[in-house]
Amino acid sequence: MWGLRARGPGGGLLLALVLGGLLWTGGVEVEPGGAHGESQGFQVVTFEWAHVQDPYVIALWVLVASLAKIGFHLSHKVTSVVPESALLIVLGLVLGGIVWAADHIASFTLTPTVFFFYLLPPIVLDAGYFMPNRLFFGNLGTILLYAVVGTVWNAATTGLSLYGVFLSGLMGDLQIGLLDFLLFGSLIAAVDPVAVLAVFEEVHVNEVLFIIVFGESLLNDAVTVVLYNVFESFVSLGGDNVTGVDCVKGIVSFFVVSLGGTLVGVIFAFLLSLVTRFTKHVRIIEPGFVFVISYLSYLTSEMLSLSAILAITFCGICCQKYVKANISEQSATTVRYTMKMLASGAETIIFMFLGISAVNPFIWTWNTAFVLLTLVFISVYRAIGVVLQTWLLNRYRMVQLEPIDQVVLSYGGLRGAVAFALVVLLDGEKVKEKNLFVSTTIIVVFFTVIFQGLTIKPLVQWLKVKRSEHREPRLNEKLHGRAFDHILSAIEDISGQIGHNYLRDKWSHFDRKFLSRVLMRRSAQKSRDQILNVFHELNLKDAISYVAEGERRGSLAFIRSPSTDNMVNVDFTPRSSTVEASVSYLLRENVSAVCLDMQSLQQRRRSIRDTEDMVTHHTLQQYLYKPRQEYKHLYSRHELTPTEDEKQDREIFHRTMRKRLESFKSAKLGLNQKKAAKMYKRERAQKRRNSSIPNGKLPTEIPVQNFTIKEKDLELSDTEEPPNYDEMSGGIEFLAGVTKDTASDSPAGIDNPVFSPDEALDRSLLARVPPWLSPGETVVPSQRARTQIPLSPGTFRRLTPFRLSSKSVDSFLQADGPEERAPAAKPESTHM
Amino acid sequence: MGAAHSASEEVRELEGKTGFSSDQIEQLHRRFKQLSGDQPTIRKENFNNVPDLELNPIRSKIVRAFFDNRNLRKGPSGLADEINFEDFLTIMSYFRPIDTTMGEEQVELSRKEKLRFLFHMYDSDSDGRITLEEYRNVVEELLSGNPHIEKESARSIADGAMMEAASVCVGQMEPDQVYEGITFEDFLKIWQGIDIETKMHVRFLNMETMALCH
Repeated sequence: MWGLRARGPGGGLLLALVLGGLLWTGGVEVEPGGAHGESQGFQVVTFEWAHVQDPYVIALWVLVASLAKIGFHLSHKVTSVVPESALLIVLGLVLGGIVWAADHIASFTLTPTVFFFYLLPPIVLDAGYFMPNRLFFGNLGTILLYAVVGTVWNAATTGLSLYGVFLSGLMGDLQIGLLDFLLFGSLIAAVDPVAVLAVFEEVHVNEVLFIIVFGESLLNDAVTVVLYNVFESFVSLGGDNVTGVDCVKGIVSFFVVSLGGTLVGVIFAFLLSLVTRFTKHVRIIEPGFVFVISYLSYLTSEMLSLSAILAITFCGICCQKYVKANISEQSATTVRYTMKMLASGAETIIFMFLGISAVNPFIWTWNTAFVLLTLVFISVYRAIGVVLQTWLLNRYRMVQLEPIDQVVLSYGGLRGAVAFALVVLLDGEKVKEKNLFVSTTIIVVFFTVIFQGLTIKPLVQWLKVKRSEHREPRLNEKLHGRAFDHILSAIEDISGQIGHNYLRDKWSHFDRKFLSRVLMRRSAQKSRDQILNVFHELNLKDAISYVAEGERRGSLAFIRSPSTDNMVNVDFTPRSSTVEASVSYLLRENVSAVCLDMQSLQQRRRSIRDTEDMVTHHTLQQYLYKPRQEYKHLYSRHELTPTEDEKQDREIFHRTMRKRLESFKSAKLGLNQKKAAKMYKRERAQKRRNSSIPNGKLPTEIPVQNFTIKEKDLELSDTEEPPNYDEMSGGIEFLAGVTKDTASDSPAGIDNPVFSPDEALDRSLLARVPPWLSPGETVVPSQRARTQIPLSPGTFRRLTPFRLSSKSVDSFLQADGPEERAPAAKPESTHM
Repeated sequence: MGAAHSASEEVRELEGKTGFSSDQIEQLHRRFKQLSGDQPTIRKENFNNVPDLELNPIRSKIVRAFFDNRNLRKGPSGLADEINFEDFLTIMSYFRPIDTTMGEEQVELSRKEKLRFLFHMYDSDSDGRITLEEYRNVVEELLSGNPHIEKESARSIADGAMMEAASVCVGQMEPDQVYEGITFEDFLKIWQGIDIETKMHVRFLNMETMALCH
């Protein structure tokens, strides 16, 4: 199925050698032993290449493609100039050349079956599932026009023009009729979603432009399928037998194919959403449903000879909202990563195999006029088509498509693997010049992907096309945006228009009232609000930067830096009444159990500061109210927004906000988070430069195993003793009232009282020990910590000299390495 | 003056004032009459007849904006009891799409106007500041469409937004400084860099679409 046609073990051997497959060499050595030693009877070791051949070769190809990707990214310079798709094609050509040189058989080609059944669906599903819906539907009219009219236009003009030139005799003697030309035109006309995505992903044009090109490439599939099928059947019927009825049938079939495909997609999306509503107790296979059901939608519409791409696209588009709400956060992450992985992998393989497939002298038939004219025609007619349609569209569009946009639209019309797969599918018996078509298609694909892909980036820069800007979500922005949505729909209501806003408003109402009720879990229905999401996200960021800020100051004290002039004017001093409610208390309480356990495991490889950093951040992740993050508004296959947990802890959330509110009421807003963060960064950079300070060097590598252990610990302590939020009267306090003595430093260098809730704590002691490590009396160890005898401050006493000395970590390691848990057993381990 | 729409003189005058085409004015006038019940003016109650408006969570605020003297350019504060057709058009003209022929300056001006409309909606007591109380009020209404969101969350969101606004607009504040509310200048600052092309425009069609709305 991988196009492994005529190929004995030789091909496999060669392949393995190409890959530097050591496995193979090992296998060869084993074989004689097995064969000679026990030629009869039971064989201890046998070599059965044929047995594993197919999957083995597949796995190896996947490996090669993936390794190639790593290779490309070794050089940032190359990947920033040359699109990955072009690199992969070149790699494919090279590999194909090697295989050919050894084998003289084109063993590996991209077969239509593999492409349509296994490589294309993940890419399209990924596109649909991460489709920015609002943008997509907002531009649906434009997209549809380009996809339907544009594609038909391209197919017709290209086919007819080529036929015209053929009649003039410029191409020489070919066995081609008008219908063959139209067939060729129809398969070469469609803009390819895979190629467009691969190239535009790296270009970052503005989102409207992107969604138009991208949407067109997805939705034109129906047109391509119909045109292709119609002309193919016409060709087999023979030009003379085509009647008007057939043409009408063709037009009808377009509507059936496109609407039918969409309908299948929507039905399966409904099914999928409904299923995920009830997967609460089968969390592990939850992500599987997403893939299986959407794949089924693809296969079903393929079975009904409808547009499969449309089906799976709309399945993704329609289900995304409900699925994302229903499945657990972990599953959502799994789905996201798996989808990206499959899509990215499929894309890699497609481009590589496009290159490999080209290395086959048997398919090459050269006709200079035909090839060159095809290239010219598809570019020219694309440009003309775009200009004409845009002229029409701009009369109705609110956001006009400027001439620059039109240039990018025309130039972004990349052809790709879909065209190649379709042309390979042609029946050589009926289409006499199949090979010419195949070679021309390959040239076209290579030209558009490599040349246009390579030049589109400079072009976009040169034309100063509006780029997409990635901004942090802002709460105000979201709120105002929402307000405007409502205002606009109200204005439309009042002025009596049925416009875009009216429809959107109606739809969201319908969705909220009926669809969401049926398709979403009850718990999910609550928390699905974009404004809330952004709010939570920002909250979390605040919290993290707050902790980071606290740490920064703590660490400043820790290295006894007397400089306070560059300190941010932030006061974390908790008011006396809320001391225990501050974030430090919360962190401390939760960290103590974990952190202490962690200490012994991590101290060997990381400085204390970083340990703390991780622990606090981790704690934050575990215990803070988590948003269901809104995904990036622009579709991107290769990038994922950071994941988040789903522990939506309302308690903390409300308390947090009450705190924020209180501090706000007191009208002493003293903190500019951004500036604080900037200062913090600068400080860190400074510290890094200042290499005389031992802990200024932050170890960059993160011991993975340690981290997992920590996670486990966290979970354990979590389950055994759920954090008692009632103890805190206030949760996290981002902005405590600002008192003036902040800037007026304390001589000891520590002036971060958040981390010293107990005022009685000895300041000099704090100066030496980071406050979070000092086990203050407020620390309430978790059950686990109590039973397990947490690592006590004794540990820290032994750490202290290390931290203050300028010795390297290693020297400490030697001293303490072997007995990492020993301190826990020491009876004298008391507070410092 | 609503009844005098047939006088092309008047229509032309309105065209100049509001920037609508005569077709659009005519159509809006028909709609106006429909809403007012053939009266020369519209009162607040008339808006109750728009069925689709009922679902709008900030409905009252929007209707109020129609009668706001500031939006009508009639005074610094206060509400009008009733508005005539010209006032109606004035309000509608806030949502006209930006003309491609407009110069840079005009675009900026129109953007400001649109933002001012929103600002006035927030600033219900016309003191030139969106105070925390006002902001909360709006957010509560905005989120009232979702029955699952409690009032408290809405309030905290407003608080968060206010703090964000403070940090955007004022930057680092002195310890004693008090952020009283968002002024219009601050409001512009918040919107800085945000593309509003698609957000604040309604395409007023020339076609007859009213048959579908009663």
